[in-house]
Amino acid sequence: MGTKDRYERLREQATTSERDSSPHTLLAVVSLAISLLLLAPLVWVFLRAGEIEFARAVELLTSDTTVSVTLNTLALVTGVTFASILIGVPLAILTAQTDLPFKRFWTITSALPLVVPSYIGAFAFVSAFGPRGVLADLLSPLGIEQIPTIYGLHGAILVLTLFTYPYVFLTTRASLLSFDGTVVEAARTLNHTRWEAFRRVTLPQIAPGIAAGALLVALYALSDFGTPAIMQYDVFTRMIYNEFGARRLDYASVLSMLLLVMALGILAVESRLSAGRDGAYVSSGSRRPGLIRLGYWKGPALLFCGAIASLCLVLPIGILLQWLLRSGTGYSGGGFAFEASYAWNSVGLAAAAAAICVVAALPIAYLAARGSSGVSSLPERATYVGYAVPGVVLGLALVYLGLRYVPFLYQSVILLVFAYVIRFLPQAVGTTESSILQVDPQYIEAARSLGYHPLSAFRRVVLPLVAPGIAAGAALVFLTTMKELPATLMLRPTGFETFVTYIWLVQGAGYYGQAAVPALVLVGLSGLSMLVILRREDTS
Amino acid sequence: MSRQTRTQQTSDFDDVDAAVANPNRTVLELDDVSKDYGQEVAVENLSLDVKDGELLTLLGPSGCGKTTTLRMIAGLERPSDGQISIADEVIADGSSFRKPEERNVGIVFQDYALFPHLTVAENIAFGLTEMEEDAVAERVDELLELVDLSAHHDKMPSQLSGGQQQRVALARSLAPEPDVLLLDEPFSNLDVRLRVEMREEVRKILKRAGVTAISVTHDQEEALSISDRVAIMNDGTIAQIGDPAEVFENPESRFVASFLGQASFLSARVTSDVIETGLGSFDVESLNGPVEAYNGAMVDVLVRPDDLQAMPTNESKADGYVVHRQYNGPSFVYRVELHSGDVVHCMHNHVETFEPGQPVEVDLVADHDLAWYPTE
Repeated sequence: MGTKDRYERLREQATTSERDSSPHTLLAVVSLAISLLLLAPLVWVFLRAGEIEFARAVELLTSDTTVSVTLNTLALVTGVTFASILIGVPLAILTAQTDLPFKRFWTITSALPLVVPSYIGAFAFVSAFGPRGVLADLLSPLGIEQIPTIYGLHGAILVLTLFTYPYVFLTTRASLLSFDGTVVEAARTLNHTRWEAFRRVTLPQIAPGIAAGALLVALYALSDFGTPAIMQYDVFTRMIYNEFGARRLDYASVLSMLLLVMALGILAVESRLSAGRDGAYVSSGSRRPGLIRLGYWKGPALLFCGAIASLCLVLPIGILLQWLLRSGTGYSGGGFAFEASYAWNSVGLAAAAAAICVVAALPIAYLAARGSSGVSSLPERATYVGYAVPGVVLGLALVYLGLRYVPFLYQSVILLVFAYVIRFLPQAVGTTESSILQVDPQYIEAARSLGYHPLSAFRRVVLPLVAPGIAAGAALVFLTTMKELPATLMLRPTGFETFVTYIWLVQGAGYYGQAAVPALVLVGLSGLSMLVILRREDTS
Repeated sequence: MSRQTRTQQTSDFDDVDAAVANPNRTVLELDDVSKDYGQEVAVENLSLDVKDGELLTLLGPSGCGKTTTLRMIAGLERPSDGQISIADEVIADGSSFRKPEERNVGIVFQDYALFPHLTVAENIAFGLTEMEEDAVAERVDELLELVDLSAHHDKMPSQLSGGQQQRVALARSLAPEPDVLLLDEPFSNLDVRLRVEMREEVRKILKRAGVTAISVTHDQEEALSISDRVAIMNDGTIAQIGDPAEVFENPESRFVASFLGQASFLSARVTSDVIETGLGSFDVESLNGPVEAYNGAMVDVLVRPDDLQAMPTNESKADGYVVHRQYNGPSFVYRVELHSGDVVHCMHNHVETFEPGQPVEVDLVADHDLAWYPTE
């Protein structure tokens, strides 16, 4: 009927065409083993929490601290999510469907804040708006001594929103772009004005896209450690880290369990949503809807885009550069000289994580893409759980698992790399799977009809075609590993420093100037990962 | 039997009459309409009028400007020049432009553009914004009955087949009782067998609804079979407009002739009473219209495969040789290269098989006057 897209057709072919079962059984066993190994640490969180006596558990769960931390966390997550929708959706509409001037430029600046790790954004904001910060310095000659504090809930919401709203922006923009413009024209010929057509036709269809982005934001806000820690706002992640520091294991594991349940809840909603979106669109027309003329609104719209870009990009990078250029007490010194070995440590860890992820992802992704039954996507879905696990929870689980069962691994980089693999394997699985899905299964059939064994057909035909996807997955894992904060802080061997731990150390001690170079390097590296993502979107 | 009488029968075969009060009232009028995109001219000085209840098809190769014309009528494109009126009201000219929602024009899109998040009934009710709830429900039921989909009231568009989706799109655009209904390549997304069936079905629904409709297609068979009138478009202008049989029979230009059916041209010298061709001489009377002015000159005579018959013969009597055979199931079309250098096509029953290289004598068996064009 010509109404199914290529991707769907391929998926269909992949699931209906006949194939040998034996290599798949082997694949399934390998994939299942990998995913079980990865899930094991999380099971520990529940087991450990289960060891607590019932009465004590109830006491911990209902204590004032738990209640207030839960409320704080909910307030943060809700605030960040709604604020991200308020910023991300208008930006997506402005850049995708109006005659806004310099649209390409604003599209890039609206997506780019994602490259600033939120803890670096938080440093920058504290440095700009905190006590003795840039703003205070500027205002004190004017006789203004008191500025509202940046610390607390509003500061955390502000910073997290500014550096995570691009998730909403990107998913909303993608659904606006993929959505068939002829339905808007149809609505208009059925006597609807542009605004009514937007409300009754466009909005219901982009709603799943908005929701998907919003859930990613919520998940990020829930599990982020750096920002609330810097903003001194007590949420689950900060409490768990503090309890871990104080070696109060009971309470840390109870909080971890609560946090994990919330994260898995968000993940479950997210995956149901994206499953529901498959094949929801009947009409496959590709005509773009006409552009909305902004008219008088052009000025305010430009101002809005400009303000967001200034807050998200100009301000933090400006502050970093200022740290770099300005010297004097409080900005440098203090015996925290950066050593080249820190950089090599970061690179080495990231490379190891990337290599392991790529190898582990291949069987899981292949099974999910080509397997015929629901069971075959199970390992893939299991690895996605790692996505939702907050770094502090994972760090905590691995520290105690290591101490109890594999003490020889405790305080070794092996455990640290294992943590990275759990957290970032889904990225490698995702890119690998989508590139496998793009390869027509008939290629294998064609190769086999030309006399190739299935395995050599895979090696000669599929592997070269999916290699770019695998490479992209490796690059993503490498780059996200470089900037991972909480698990690195908790699991690194004593005295082992990386870019990230060094930034954390000098920031904690107030020597901001020392953090400038590594922070700029991290922002640059994240920029590269953005490039990888964008290039993949262009080609697929 | 001439084709003229055959058309009369086409409308006689319609079991419904168009439900309109005055079939002579002009509903849509395009006056010298042009549309250019910068340097590129899509439509040039196009004029056209459509009567109440009429079904007019714009037929032409891709890029001829037919879809642009349709979109200008709908208000989805703004004409660069000229004037469009619907029901005696100007809806677009040099100074004014009415938005699509203010035009009372319905459109059925090529890929239907059904709203995927709404049910069949909600899709049909979408344009009925000014009615009471009960009236809406009633109108929706009425339309579902018209398109024979009453059983699918609550289904989602994705649960319907292509033909059903098209009927929902038709019902949706008919619901607000548009002055003009536009159909953009309405059958192109259907498979061949369904296409033929839906042509009849759609014509029946449109006639029953009494709506004035303009359809756009590049499929000549579709245009000839469903339309009251056909406008052949080329390079942004109308090359010829008229009754389908009239246009097929008497193409006014070589372009129209070669676009409709499998056309061959036979070069002929005109004398006072006969024309001399590679097939022999024929009475000038067999040509369509007066040719006196061309006495002594060369003309090209339009011959379609069914106008000619080839007969195997020996070398000395032959007009030419069979060079190619195209099998169409019920018939063969032979390509014959004449000694005169012309190439013509002859249609034969599927049992008459000739081999390539066979010398043949070609006879003109047409039972109608032949169209002709001055040789260029």
